[in-house]
Amino acid sequence: MSARVDITLTVNGERVSRSVEARRHLIDFLRIDLGLTGSHAGCEHGVCGACTVRVDGEIVRGCLVLAASLDGAEVTTIEGLTDSGEVADLQDAFVARNAAQCGFCSPGMVMAAADILRHHPAASREEIREHLSGNYCRCTGYQAIVDAVETTLKAREGAR
Amino acid sequence: MNEIPTPASIGLSREDLPNSYIGRSVPRPNVPKLVQGRATYTDDVVLPRMLHAAFLRSPYAHARIVSVDAAAAMQVPGVIRVFTGADIAKVCDPWVAVLAHLKGMKSAPQHPLPLDRATWQGEPVIAVVADSRAAAEDGVAALRVDWDPLPVQVEMETALAPGAVVIHPELGDNLVFTRTALQGEVDAAFAAAHKVVEATFVTGRHTGVTLEPRSIIADYNRADGTLTVHHSTQAPHMMQTVFAKHLRMEESEVRVICKDVGGSFGIKVHVYPDEVAVAAMSRILGRPVKFVADRFESFSSDIHARDHRIKGRIAVDAQGRILGFDIDDLTGIGPYSVYPRTSAIEGNQVVNLCGGPYDFANYRCTTTVVLQNKAPTCQYRAVGHPIATAVTEGLVDLAARAIGMDPIEMRRRNLVRDDAYPFTSPAGMRFEGLSHHASLAKLLEMVPVERIRADQAEQRKKGVYRGLGIAAFIELTNPSPFMYGIGGARISAQDGATVRMDPDGSVVVASGVTEQGQGTEAILAQIVAHGVGVPVNRVKVITGDTQATPYGGGTWACRGAGIGGEAALQSAVALKQQILVVAGAMLQAAPETLDIVLGQVVDKATGAERISLGEIGRIVYFRGDTLPKDLPREFVQTRHFITKEYPFAFTNGIQACWVEVDTATGMVKVLEHWCVEDCGRVINPLLVDEQVRGGIVQGLGGALYEHCVYDADGNLLTTTMADYLVPMSAEMPDIHVGHVETPTKESLLGAKGAGEAGTAGAPGALMNAINDALAPLGAVVTEQPFTPACILRALGTI
Repeated sequence: MSARVDITLTVNGERVSRSVEARRHLIDFLRIDLGLTGSHAGCEHGVCGACTVRVDGEIVRGCLVLAASLDGAEVTTIEGLTDSGEVADLQDAFVARNAAQCGFCSPGMVMAAADILRHHPAASREEIREHLSGNYCRCTGYQAIVDAVETTLKAREGAR
Repeated sequence: MNEIPTPASIGLSREDLPNSYIGRSVPRPNVPKLVQGRATYTDDVVLPRMLHAAFLRSPYAHARIVSVDAAAAMQVPGVIRVFTGADIAKVCDPWVAVLAHLKGMKSAPQHPLPLDRATWQGEPVIAVVADSRAAAEDGVAALRVDWDPLPVQVEMETALAPGAVVIHPELGDNLVFTRTALQGEVDAAFAAAHKVVEATFVTGRHTGVTLEPRSIIADYNRADGTLTVHHSTQAPHMMQTVFAKHLRMEESEVRVICKDVGGSFGIKVHVYPDEVAVAAMSRILGRPVKFVADRFESFSSDIHARDHRIKGRIAVDAQGRILGFDIDDLTGIGPYSVYPRTSAIEGNQVVNLCGGPYDFANYRCTTTVVLQNKAPTCQYRAVGHPIATAVTEGLVDLAARAIGMDPIEMRRRNLVRDDAYPFTSPAGMRFEGLSHHASLAKLLEMVPVERIRADQAEQRKKGVYRGLGIAAFIELTNPSPFMYGIGGARISAQDGATVRMDPDGSVVVASGVTEQGQGTEAILAQIVAHGVGVPVNRVKVITGDTQATPYGGGTWACRGAGIGGEAALQSAVALKQQILVVAGAMLQAAPETLDIVLGQVVDKATGAERISLGEIGRIVYFRGDTLPKDLPREFVQTRHFITKEYPFAFTNGIQACWVEVDTATGMVKVLEHWCVEDCGRVINPLLVDEQVRGGIVQGLGGALYEHCVYDADGNLLTTTMADYLVPMSAEMPDIHVGHVETPTKESLLGAKGAGEAGTAGAPGALMNAINDALAPLGAVVTEQPFTPACILRALGTI
């Protein structure tokens, strides 16, 4: 159970080399080994979405991905996404609309919403709800989050 | 009282009164860090020499612990120590969760880890401490425990019957508490009634599912004899008391720090045996010990709630006037009453709240609270309210149907009149001022009833069944010591705030109430900015540290704004007065001729700027020698607040729900939902609306999907989020929120609570909507959750 695997990958644009236990999942790797505590472990069986991060451009459940499988991969977490400024408008919309209460789901929610901005720029309200339906939020009832994403989509469309 | 000048109250625009932050939708200053991943939850805290705990939990609902062999566990790399119940008991005393004012209540002593017997599946039994959580779990897997399974008492219906398994033989039986409220002549009223309608309601056992699981780091420092606890909790001062008392320490030796909390909803206001065990283990080891529940542990050991069966009857006259309610509530609370709030409060609330919105004369309501071998239940968002509201509003709708009256007209005839206050309900609850009729009128402005009824008729022709349901409710907020204190619990109903001005003219407020996402810190900043006269971004807020904030109760039962907010307002006003005294001395002006606007002392008559707070701060802190010797210069002010006139500040509201029921699959789709609620003075409309929306979705979740299902042997079958379903964004509707404002006269601020209103009313409105949809088919549902199977059974399909 303690077999170790050496991996080298890119996390938020920085090259990282570590020896990890074979059983270590990506979220523990990010949080415990790299100190990237913005991503959260909510259910550890792939349902709640609190651990949503980007691997090689696609969003994944960090709790369902083993760190040992990520040699050579490119990982982006909420910290990297924030630093890049890619979703600064979306984050501003979350603040303006009070689309976060306790905030535990928020990093995963922003990662999932960023995926809508990238891949579905014309998403309808129903499509936004559908796309975010893998991310559990106990506090907001979702409407403010959907509003924030919709506002951002429309603002980007208007700016185009 | 209640003389807060808001732009609306004095006929000005917002721009004319820039200091006015009360009633204003200011964005929460906490949110940027939350959406950027920069928050600090308890699991994000790492301390030097920190160890990690994992627990072996009982695989049986009821079993004797015959023997424990930890030899193999101790050989696991990284494992430091294994603790049994007896090990913990050497440093930690058990508790008994009863309250003196709940007459006759009884429960058994509970240890952090049981000494010889487990009484629910998921109960923590043995702890393994290791240098990582993974190693601790490896250690748990290597433990060898010899169990002797015992007969179980799972069903609450048989808990008091002859032959029941008495879970704690020393108690004599499984009865924890019973109480009957009686008013008027119930039997006579029912005998003489034009119509009596009865039904049996079930509210499914469910749980909070905070996304951040319960989390704690206990750090006992042998060098100075202090215990510092980083804790995801709603009530730091209460936990300080609990840790001190049961670990045999002084309260002053315990500090509880609570940074960001990832949701609470009442789940994190209770004493959990595994968390106390963590504190005890740190006490023994002299090192920090961290424990974060995993999702399985959350489902099987977070408190559950709402496991009730309620038989209800309503009597009405020929004009649809309600004559009386007759209610019999039964609830199973698990094997122990939960410390220190007890597990009898929920049933007691059902007794207090049934029939609450209505004016009627005859009332009988009994709650019976029994033990069983399931996870313990306790207070969860809107404690008892969703149950009482569903029963009351379910019966009112059934009565309306029985006499052929429109449900809206039925409510119009029976809701307590808006000019009837103060009013005492048949259950003995005292209402200072409610607005049922104004709220109903506002709801009817928002809900297009005629269009909905036309659509409903049209759809039925196509075999599509849609329904509209409404539910009025009352909500208990701003609790006084009558809730817990009079029962002997050291749970503060008072709260304090300290407001200070620093040399740069900025303001800091430290408060005993806490933040778990509601926006407590945002509204405290608004209130203090309003009270002192500074821009809101010049106010910093400190909460969640027993060593740095005034003593207080924390955030629960909708008290943050009403109690903590009032203490903040009073201390802010006191600071402003002190600043004006100093400014008057500096400016050779009478303090009452001056005001503070956006950080500037101004001439009250002309608005001319005289001196900035930063300049006053510079002079007071660094050139105090230039001021008159006898000038008071206390730029730190503390005030406390507790309600005195009413035991609780009741609020009210009304919800409407519009659903479509698929009669082939039994699926319920919520199409639209509305809520009008009256929480008194609204401090931040944006935050209140989102509290209401979130609460409604939590209520809809419990009524549609969420269910802690046990088999006949007491095995919990719903231990993952794939088995226990919560509402996700795709299933939930857009929700419309409106307000009526009836401020409480008990405080300057006038605020009551808003956090539980949504959850209180949503299940009842949903149930009535489903039954409206199914009415042409002759089907009625009263057992939550309203799953497809429940609907299809009602339709006779399965």
